[in-house]
Amino acid sequence: MSKKLMLPLVIFILICMMFLYQLYRNNQGENITDLESAMVGKNIPEFKLASLFNPDETEQIEITNHNMPAQAYLLNVWGSWCPACFDEHPFMLELNKKGVLLIGMNYKDDRLKARQWLANLGNPYKQVIFDPKGSLGFDLGVYGAPETFFINKNGKIIYRHVGVINAENWANKLNKIWQEAQ
Amino acid sequence: MIKFRLNLKLILILFTTIISAYSLAATDIFEFNNPQQEQQFHEISQQLRCPQCQNNSIADSNAQISVDMRNKVYELLQQGKDKQQIIDYMIERYGNFVSYNPPLNPATIILWSAPIILLLIGSFFLLRRKKDEDK
Repeated sequence: MSKKLMLPLVIFILICMMFLYQLYRNNQGENITDLESAMVGKNIPEFKLASLFNPDETEQIEITNHNMPAQAYLLNVWGSWCPACFDEHPFMLELNKKGVLLIGMNYKDDRLKARQWLANLGNPYKQVIFDPKGSLGFDLGVYGAPETFFINKNGKIIYRHVGVINAENWANKLNKIWQEAQ
Repeated sequence: MIKFRLNLKLILILFTTIISAYSLAATDIFEFNNPQQEQQFHEISQQLRCPQCQNNSIADSNAQISVDMRNKVYELLQQGKDKQQIIDYMIERYGNFVSYNPPLNPATIILWSAPIILLLIGSFFLLRRKKDEDK
């Protein structure tokens, strides 16, 4: 074969290898629609929202960025409207049992439905921020649910996971990030 | 025969009114202070990319997050923010991904340099081939 004919073939094979490599990575759990968070390295933005567990509208338990835990925790964005959150929920309960501090952020939800959801399925969260309009969600760059922010002991966001956390991705990747947050 | 025709027209009119009412319902209703502000709103929402659907601008997308972002653009315009301030506001939260015109920095250099590099590679091969032919 002449050299001239070899070149397109080589390019073709290279492109095929690139595609194969990306397919392999997708298969390993890389999701190309996951975006890197612009919030990594920053503190939780300023907010002032009610707790999901407020007894009623008149008696407000307020949560602000200043009274978030002074230790490492996960901020889990969820909603009772979100089927993937339902899938994720059993593992959240398990993480809570393992001693991972979980703060929930109830995103664009109805208060009663959300409370019913937790009453039926169990509550893994130490506190749940009620964000019905998604204002804190917007400041955090949330674009769907579930999303989970890893916050270290200094209050800095060190990682954002888009999508469901399960035993597999926890063991493969996320547990290590959680250890770093401590 | 005439009667049939009239009916057909009537049905057509009915359909167009139903369809137009439907399309009206799908777009959000904003009241702008002046035409320039409206123009700006359209410009900005076409330059912002939907993080959920990825290959739509927020103007073209009806994903929940796009609706939120359009509302935010409107809100910020009402507060008197200019185009660049609004785009920066979005980038601060959603990253450079969200802009169709990302700034030039170490993280985005590949976006800007790739076309030039590809062009150089292409012209290199083209020139080499021409040399071969000249021989």
